[in-house]
Parts: sequence; structure tokens; C-alpha cells
Amino acid sequence: MRSERYIPYLLVLPSVLFLLFLFAWPLLEALLLSIRGAGGEWTLENFQRMAADLYFKDAIKYTVLLAVVVVPLQVVLALCLALLLGGIGKGRDLFLYVWTIPLGISDLAAGIVWLAIFTERGYLNSFLQALGVIQEPRLWLSYETPAILFLAVVAAEVWRATAIVFVILVAGLQLIPKEYGEAAEVFGASPWRRFWKVTLPLLTPSLQVALILRTILALEVFAVVVALGGRNLPVLAGEAYYWYNAYQNPGVAAAYSVLILGISVVATLVYLRLMRSRQEAAV
Amino acid sequence: MNARLVYLTLAVLLALWVLVPIFLIATLALSDRASVFAWPKGILPQHFSLETISFFFGVEGVGKAIRNSLVVAGLTLLFALLLGAPAGYALARYRFAGADAYRILILMTRAFPLAILAIPLSVQFIHLGLYDTPLGVALVHTALALPFAVLVTGSLFLGIPKELEEAAWTLGCSRVQAFVRVVLPLALPGLTATAIFAFVISWNEVFAATLLTLRERTLPAFLLSALNDSPLPFRFAGGFFLIVPALVFIFVIRRYLFTLWGIANR
Repeated sequence: MRSERYIPYLLVLPSVLFLLFLFAWPLLEALLLSIRGAGGEWTLENFQRMAADLYFKDAIKYTVLLAVVVVPLQVVLALCLALLLGGIGKGRDLFLYVWTIPLGISDLAAGIVWLAIFTERGYLNSFLQALGVIQEPRLWLSYETPAILFLAVVAAEVWRATAIVFVILVAGLQLIPKEYGEAAEVFGASPWRRFWKVTLPLLTPSLQVALILRTILALEVFAVVVALGGRNLPVLAGEAYYWYNAYQNPGVAAAYSVLILGISVVATLVYLRLMRSRQEAAV
Repeated sequence: MNARLVYLTLAVLLALWVLVPIFLIATLALSDRASVFAWPKGILPQHFSLETISFFFGVEGVGKAIRNSLVVAGLTLLFALLLGAPAGYALARYRFAGADAYRILILMTRAFPLAILAIPLSVQFIHLGLYDTPLGVALVHTALALPFAVLVTGSLFLGIPKELEEAAWTLGCSRVQAFVRVVLPLALPGLTATAIFAFVISWNEVFAATLLTLRERTLPAFLLSALNDSPLPFRFAGGFFLIVPALVFIFVIRRYLFTLWGIANR
């Protein structure tokens, strides 16, 4: 039976090797790529070029702003969906399916869908015309209308990626024993109070997972923005793409990717810190 | 008005929020060129026509891109299962030192932005001869799908009683035989769901696919690189075609969605 001890390691080994090859190694390479010059010397040149670029400030501004606006909207909406699901009863499965459809929709496709709405001769303009607000098609997605373009991206992101938060929260709600809510009810807590005092605190681990995951994904927003506005609304992942593809400069592209990783790590740490202190305060 | 009616109204409104945009893009993709450019547009489809969608399929490179997408997604599915299922089985059946560290490693991979993988890999893949090949893209997509495959198969195998397997051993089956004859048939629906999920991840992924290819584009990569100089009918038909498989896939795996995320939480 001694040989048995090696079985789990043998089973796990291929995936570990694969992840080392496709996560650890590229991570190291990305760092090296960003701090090395063309001749292989150590330099901060890539970061300097990145920071001096015309699009850099806007890219940071819009990426962070998008995450700050989109993620809370998604969490609140997903929470509403998850709580609604409990109150529906019959027809629950149908709503569950419909609400999770966006889970299978790519960011590129979502961008194109909302392009159909916001484009010059799109549904939004047609609707506004029907209301008598405008006579002729208006441009909403140009660089002269960054606010509307931003809103279009927010709409597309909320439309597409709320489903993932919803699924995480529903899975989390299923883990909460019914007895807690029932006990609170027995002691006369209103539904509103039960939600704030029982459900929400017990849902904290799921909320944490959803917030961290969605924030990291929001910080690498790319195809939605490109489909809707090209480079009219610069974002970090988009800049990495342009520097790599259009300017053929992997060094600066890598610098952008390191920056995205850095912001993601900081955001994750902030969430962990905030949610931990909240949990402690609740105890 | 009772509470249930309020709930139901809200639920329907939120379902419409999901469905109406899909309906609109379907309407555009399944109408003629004139309706795509019509102003102002009605909500309801005017002329059903395959003009737009057949124009899309007729564009040079689209057929090849679809083929590439299918190859890449197929390879991703295969790799994710072959690498992920054994690890999932190990997590479900054995207690071993390092199991927790392994779980954390798996969860951590989900926290990496894709850019940090795709950019250095496309540089390195040039040296390895993997650049601009479906295999290279599939490897990166496998990295995205593998964490899910490990966690989901892990919970699947956990749900199959170990006693069944042990009974097979006492009846003279080897470990491998017992797995193939007893565990595999029971795990098959869940494994299929995992495979489908890996397929969807790959089918939808655009950033890495765009950076890692030049001529051997997958469909999203092809669409993205052609996006800003292609006519609207092409974009709408392409967007619609990307969505269709998603609708089917999510329907097929809907039962497993919560297992998928439920266990990822712990």
C-alpha cells in the first residue's frame, strides 16, 4: 500500500506543471519584459514611455472609473436578482435561465450588441426620435461625447457581467441555513432587518469573492470598449493591445500589463482588509 | 397588489433587460441591408432576410476563423479535462500534504489579468513555434479553463460515493477499471458540463487570441481586428453568431452553474 501515497501527487502533477508553464513563467517574463530595454539592460524606460504617452492618464482614469461605477451596480443588481429569485416560486427555473444567459456572452459580442443600440442609426436614436427629442441621428460614441460613450460601456458591462455576480451570490445564499432567518422571524425581525442583520453578514464571503473577481475583470475591460468606441475611450488593457499590436512594442505593452496586475493586487488587498474589519466589527 | 405580483413584475422587467438587446441584435442580423441602415428603426423586425448573415459568412476569412475557433475550443476542452479531471479526482479522493496549497494555487490563477499572460507568451511563442497556431491559443485558453475544470470535477467526484469504487475493487477490478466502469459513467453528465464550459470560455475569449495570432485568427480575434473598418451589417451578424452557441450552452449546463460557483467560494 506504500505506493498509494504517490497517487494523488501523480494526478495533480500535470496540472501543476502546466500552471507553472502558463502562469508562473509568463508572469516572470512580463516583469522582465517591462524592466528591460531593447539591448537587455535594466531600465525604467518602458514605464517612462508608458507614463508619458498621450493616452496614459485617460486610460487609468477611465479604467478605474469604470470599475468604480460598474462593480457596485453589478453587485446591487445581482443581489436584487438573487433575493427576487427566492420570492418567485413557480417559474423560478425559467428566470434563472434567462438571467444567467449573459454568462455565455463574450465581451466582444456584448459590445457589438450595445453598439446596435447606441450607434448613429441605432435603437436609442430611433427611440429618441419617436419621443420627439431629436429629429436627426446623433453621434453618441465619438470622442466628443465621452460621457455617453462611458455610459454605453457601463450599460454593456452591467448587462453582460452581472450574471456572474448573481450566480456567485445565489450559490452563497444556498449555503446559509434557513434556521437563522426563521429564528430572526420568530423574534419579530422585519424582512428588511432580517436582510441587513442576518442574510447580508452571512453572505460576506460570497460578496468578497464576487467583488474581488469582478473588480479584477473590470480592470482588464477591453473588447466591450473597443467594439463601442475604438480608442475614443482609452483603457489600460486596450493600450497594452495597441502598444503590442500597432506599435510593435512588447516592452511598453508589458509595462501596461504589470500596471494592471499592480492595481488588481492593490484592489484585492483593500477588499480583504475592508471586509475583514467589517466582519470583526460585526462580531 | 400582493407581494408576489410585485416580485413577478420586477422579475419580468429584469428578464426583459437581458432579452431585449439579444432580440434587437437578432433582428438586425436576420434582416436585409436596408433595414440595418434604416432610420428611424422600429422595434419589430421589418423584413426577414438572410442577406446580412449570408454576407457575413461570405466575407473572406470568416469560414477559416470559425474553423480555427472550433479547433481551439475543442483543444481547450480536451486539455482542460485531461489535466483538470485527474487533479479534481485527487482532491476528492485523497488526503495529501499540499492539497490546500494546491487549492490556493488554483484559486490564485483566477486573479491574474490576462494581459500579463498573453503579452509575454506571444513573445515566447514566436521562439517556440507556437505563435499564430491554434495550439498556442488553446494552451492559453486552457490556463483560463483549468481552474474551473479542477474545482468542478473535484466536487463531481466528491458526490460519487467511494464505496461504489471500493466494491468494484473487491470484485476484482483494477483501479483504472473501477474508474472507467463505475465512476466515469456516473460522472459523465458533470464532465460534459465542464467540457462545455471550457468550450465557451475559449469560444468567447478575444484578448489573448488577438495577440497570439496573425493569420490563424479565431472568430472573436478576426472580428475584433476587422471591427473598425468593417460595415455595420458585418459586425452585427458577427456579434449575433458569437451569441448563438452561448444561448444553447448555458441552457445545457444551467444545472451545474451553481456547483461551478458554489465550490469556488469555499
